Amino acid sequence: MSASDPTNQGLRAWLLTDTPTSRGHARLAAWYQGWLSFRANPMTMIGFVILLILVFIAAFAPWLAPHDPFAQDLAARLQPPGSENYILGSDSLGRDILSRLMYGSRITLYIVTLVVIIAPVAGLLVGTIAGYAGGWADVVLMRITDIFLAFPRLVLALAFVAALGAGIENAVLAISLTAWPPYARISRAETLTIRHSDFIHAVRLQGAGPLCIITRHIWPLCISSLVVRVTLDMAGIILAAAGLGFLGLGAQPPSPEWGAMISEGRRFILDHWWVATMPGLAIFTVSLAFNLLGDGLRDVLDPKEGSN
Amino acid sequence: MSNLLDVENLWIKFPTRSGVCEAVRGISFSLGRERLGIVGESGSGKSVTGRAILRLIRPPGTVEADRIDLEGRDILRIPELEMREVRGQGISMIMQDPKFSLNPVMRVGDQISEAYLLHADTSRAQAYARSIEMLEAVSIRGPERVYTMYPHEVSGGMGQRIMIAMMLIPDPKILIADEPTSSLDVSVRMQVLEIMDRLVRERGMGLIFISHDLHLVSRFCDRVLIMYGGKILESCRADKLHEARHPYTRGLLNSLPRLEAPRDRLDVLNRDPAWLDQPSVSGML
Amino acid sequence: MNGILIENLNVWFSEGHDRVDAVNGANFEVPAGGSFGLVGESGSGKSTILRALTGMVKTWSGRMEMLGRELGPTRDRSFYRAVQMVFQDPYGSLHPRHSVDRVISETLQLHGFSDIDNRVSGLLEDVGLGPEFRFRYPHQISGGQRQRVSIARALASEPEILLLDEPTSALDVSVQAEILNLLTDLRKQRKLTYLMVTHDLTVVSHLCTDIAVMQLGKIVEILSVEDMRAHKTSHPYTSHLLNSSLGRRREATEAG
Repeated sequence: MSASDPTNQGLRAWLLTDTPTSRGHARLAAWYQGWLSFRANPMTMIGFVILLILVFIAAFAPWLAPHDPFAQDLAARLQPPGSENYILGSDSLGRDILSRLMYGSRITLYIVTLVVIIAPVAGLLVGTIAGYAGGWADVVLMRITDIFLAFPRLVLALAFVAALGAGIENAVLAISLTAWPPYARISRAETLTIRHSDFIHAVRLQGAGPLCIITRHIWPLCISSLVVRVTLDMAGIILAAAGLGFLGLGAQPPSPEWGAMISEGRRFILDHWWVATMPGLAIFTVSLAFNLLGDGLRDVLDPKEGSN
Repeated sequence: MSNLLDVENLWIKFPTRSGVCEAVRGISFSLGRERLGIVGESGSGKSVTGRAILRLIRPPGTVEADRIDLEGRDILRIPELEMREVRGQGISMIMQDPKFSLNPVMRVGDQISEAYLLHADTSRAQAYARSIEMLEAVSIRGPERVYTMYPHEVSGGMGQRIMIAMMLIPDPKILIADEPTSSLDVSVRMQVLEIMDRLVRERGMGLIFISHDLHLVSRFCDRVLIMYGGKILESCRADKLHEARHPYTRGLLNSLPRLEAPRDRLDVLNRDPAWLDQPSVSGML
Repeated sequence: MNGILIENLNVWFSEGHDRVDAVNGANFEVPAGGSFGLVGESGSGKSTILRALTGMVKTWSGRMEMLGRELGPTRDRSFYRAVQMVFQDPYGSLHPRHSVDRVISETLQLHGFSDIDNRVSGLLEDVGLGPEFRFRYPHQISGGQRQRVSIARALASEPEILLLDEPTSALDVSVQAEILNLLTDLRKQRKLTYLMVTHDLTVVSHLCTDIAVMQLGKIVEILSVEDMRAHKTSHPYTSHLLNSSLGRRREATEAG
């Protein structure tokens, strides 16, 4: 579709218009313009594309993976990358590393999704309520936040494992419980700023109650900084999950979780470097992609007010 | 005797997602040892003009002109290092809100001394003495005590006077004042303007007074330029402003409510799109 | 009395050692259908009186009456329906992520109106905004247009009293004229009562019939606008404000 194609130009003009004609039109136009500024940054697009590829691989792993990730072939142990059949090499049990990475991406995405659902949402709730209500509610909620902030992630994970047994879900729970406090702080800070704005006063003067104000007026304004922060934290969360996997506290063998793969490859790092390095590179790439995406999102979502 | 400042065919453009925004479109004016007012509404280009003279417009914004000369010497094309000497010593600028233009974590006296030390090769003690002198010159009582205060401890009017002290201490030839009294209370305004006026006269400086307040500018300046849509629509002497001919100027004058002349309805300015296309009036002397 | 009555109003912030008295013993009355101005410089307490009236400040004493009913520590639905406010800053008074349509529809919903679609178009027309503005976001419209949207929002509940907090001080001169004309027209059409806070004597003299001059929390004089125009002022501060506004030098200080 070239830019001179008339229908394309018409659509583009419709989306860039300054006079939307309906609610839906206005919303689409706002999204499109946001997308344009997002797209303008090449680094951000690189991050975005990498993540799209990750999602694609995770979705179609059964069709894309050359081998079964659990199939062992002891005769083909520790094959170097580039050997026939094993593009990225094989591990100590003869399993194809590439296939294991592909299936492992599902686990990575699963962990990321669970944490994103739990931690920022909890943080948003606690932070906005504390910020808006003020007084005792604020003090109590923030001290609870401080308590959770004081927990070291790995120690908490160990405690969970001791109590509930090892496994991905417990690892995710441990990570989420230590990840939400910063989001509560961000939300509270935003709420404190917004709370004194004229538009909040105006809607209170219409008789709106605190629930309406928090959910429909304050949350939309907090979401931008939260999204940026969560994206930038993703790298840390993936590494934390990998760390837990490495310690044997997360996904259990033979699960192809990337951190566990590094742990298994640790013994062979001198002579058979690829067993640990390939999953390491995968973690690195995905973390980098999230960082680039987060930076770009910040430029798009947090421009200074009135910069038009 | 050459003019203090000559600006010819100034264009200021900012690229945006929806095309190039031309904030200033080919204006020309000059400044002698006088007080020149530039009046316009928001979006007229008056503030960016002031900033462009000092080369404070950062890329991607572009500044183009046939010439910008300070006392006959080009300041548009000289390298940044030379321009830094011009800023402060050749041309100084006062901005609207002292809350935002004074460094909040430095004592105000130190900021004045810093301005002095940047351009004069002297000792700190000398700078301190000159700063106290300047504070007295802007009618601040108890200058030694005020020297040690922080910006949040001084009132708006005093903050603006401190800004004036800071900007005049390097002895510039031209002072650009961008809405210097808009954030001040009415009764303090006249006081600050009187101080600025006196100092500018005493030192034989030129003053460019940028404002949206037509009446204030007409009372305070010698000549007035009216800007709209990036062009100068009218140039006239301040005392002859009521005889202005351009419909925009007349419209602005008529749309203000007047204490002495009550009206039921105010005249609303009808913006003629033709004003945007007509050539810019020259403000050269 | 069906307008506004303020009797011996004191408003303060913080208690004990940090206490700041923003308003001291204020007394004035605004008849129904009248237009009253509170004039003063920054720190005079004029905006604080508005905030006390709308219930945004809890620490006050004295008596406040609106539409014949005494005001207590909280405000109820009927108050919000009858009394509305227009704010000073056109850039801060609209939610940055809500379109014009959303702002006004939500207001109508909160007040329990049903015919929302028609009412929104009607209100926009009343404030002089065409239908092309309806779905725009605040950053797509100018300061004067935002102020019109604020006024439309204030009119949505069909109030009787409008509190105006420096409604034009952040606007360009030509836009100010349009908004002042709009406010004049609306008051006539809808029989509204105005209480306006401003520092600009020319604006208050155009829109109001009587004014109270405030200095450092106290009302120093109440006079009609005609008297003010004729310089029949009794307090020196009032004549000082008047002279500053007219641009005359203060006799007391001769700079130099």
